Amino acid sequence: MLEYSIVAGILFGVFFGFMALGLNLIFGVMQVVNLAHGDFVVLGGYLAVIAYSAGHINPVVSLVGAFVLFFVIAFALYFPVIPRLTRSKDPEMLSLILFFGLSQIIEALDVIGFGNNPRSLPLAIMGAAPWHFLGQSYQMAWVITAIVSLVMIGATYLFLYYTRIGYAARAIMGSREEAAASGLPVAQTSAIIFGVGIGLAAMAGVLSPFMIGSVDPSTGLGLTTIAFAIVVIGSLGNPLGSVLGGLVYGVSVMLMQTYFSSWSDLVPYLLLLIIVLAKPSGLLGKGVRNA
Amino acid sequence: MLSSGRTHLRSHRGVNALIPLLLLAAFSLAPLVYANHAVIFQMMAFMVLAQGVNLLYGFTGYLPFGYVGFFGIGAYGMGIGIELFHLPGLAALLVGALFAVVIALILSPLLRLSGAYFAISSLAASEVLYNIVANPALTHITNGPYGESLVQSYHPLTSYVAMVVLLVLTTVLVIVIKNTPFGRALLAIREDPVSAEMAGIAVVRTRTTVWILSALIGGLTGAIFGWHLSVFYPSTVFDLSISILAIVFTLFGGGGTAIGPILGSVVLYGLYNAIGISAPQYFELIYGLLIVLLVLFLPGGVVSLLQRRGSYVP
Repeated sequence: MLEYSIVAGILFGVFFGFMALGLNLIFGVMQVVNLAHGDFVVLGGYLAVIAYSAGHINPVVSLVGAFVLFFVIAFALYFPVIPRLTRSKDPEMLSLILFFGLSQIIEALDVIGFGNNPRSLPLAIMGAAPWHFLGQSYQMAWVITAIVSLVMIGATYLFLYYTRIGYAARAIMGSREEAAASGLPVAQTSAIIFGVGIGLAAMAGVLSPFMIGSVDPSTGLGLTTIAFAIVVIGSLGNPLGSVLGGLVYGVSVMLMQTYFSSWSDLVPYLLLLIIVLAKPSGLLGKGVRNA
Repeated sequence: MLSSGRTHLRSHRGVNALIPLLLLAAFSLAPLVYANHAVIFQMMAFMVLAQGVNLLYGFTGYLPFGYVGFFGIGAYGMGIGIELFHLPGLAALLVGALFAVVIALILSPLLRLSGAYFAISSLAASEVLYNIVANPALTHITNGPYGESLVQSYHPLTSYVAMVVLLVLTTVLVIVIKNTPFGRALLAIREDPVSAEMAGIAVVRTRTTVWILSALIGGLTGAIFGWHLSVFYPSTVFDLSISILAIVFTLFGGGGTAIGPILGSVVLYGLYNAIGISAPQYFELIYGLLIVLLVLFLPGGVVSLLQRRGSYVP
């Protein structure tokens, strides 16, 4: 059981690290906590379910569609909302409230559009044969999800460290004022990162029915809290931190489910409380707190 | 500062005294003219909760997403007082209040956090409370997920009166705090804790005091609510939408004033009753849109329209 919990914990952890990545990027660059993050994940889930049930489109294909669609939506959402917020008296708090409002809107639209029933994808679309490892077998869908998540985390890492937009994004994470003073295009970069962050959330959403079983309109807030816990456990602005946070979360949840199953719902919340009170800069943090 | 505060309170004493008196009159007479007492009771409960959120958010800037934790623990303190200690209703209320205060003391390190960290951590704390109370392992104390049944102490009239009293007292408390040096110390801390500390304000003590007061209000509301309902489950009294509605009502009316949360509760809870019960998703859509529009165009709430014109808003 121990091996199973740890291996499954790693598979889930990689996925949850990927799920939190978009929140991390947006928080790092804009100091905005996207409380609607989980709701965008849920929207990605609906996209995958509907694409599969209506057009038999494999979720791997939906991944690309979800990223493009939500990148465009978020990019368009950026300009009327975020600059207005950053000019206001208390940007951090107001953005928190605003995105909370957005999350309520998305949740309501989910109920109106898709109903309250949980929607899921059959695990067998990703291959019916299980994956055998160290004497235990795991769902093939979990393995493929973990691999896709790793690839996307790697791609985000390359984007941040080896492209001009990535350089600019990291400079803005360091200091918004200095980045603007050095002539970096702060607004455009922020808009792109906002699009990428929400696009990644929707991509994670496409895979989420395999990992969390099903999506329904009320799943969003719980996912946002888990993502926030993972971002804080890792550290802000560092994609590798998200992986670490995801792994800590995934393995702890799996171990709790195996040994103290009635308490396993507590894991993300307790982890979050412990980390914010003991080491608010995160496990990879450099001792500076940004919020 | 002290003397100017006194004169300030004196010069607007009439308006300030009018609000609790109006509330007292309105909610004492309402059951005679409107037959659906559950709606009136819940509106009062939300008004008190909105004032509790207002005390914390409006005066200190801490946004408690997990405020429902105090509400739930108050209801369960009430339940434990009646079921385990066999206390009469009013004495069990005090157990509920005590539970909420103890939890607030345990959670007071959260005040070290700020902004989003505090908001989300308080949400996490309320989820932890919910999972502990609802856990099957604690069935002998809380009856776990199966809920509490307090039918032997069911007193709809006494619990109604208790809620009216709590509402009036809470409103008086908010008015007093707003118009005394304590309230201005809170505002100073909200604007800039470091400068406030240097001006001689005991930041940590002041903040903790208001945190405990706010928890006490939430706990008492939960206790009276549980008493009035007399049958409830962990998922009803720890329902996150309770915090959410209380926050939205406060934001809509305007934080940092006594009248804002009352106004917000009357208007939005009225709206909720008109459309929210049959079609909750449309109500959710409306208040989601309201929040977004308020943040973008009217961050001070409806009362800020009056404040902008220079009028005194109690």
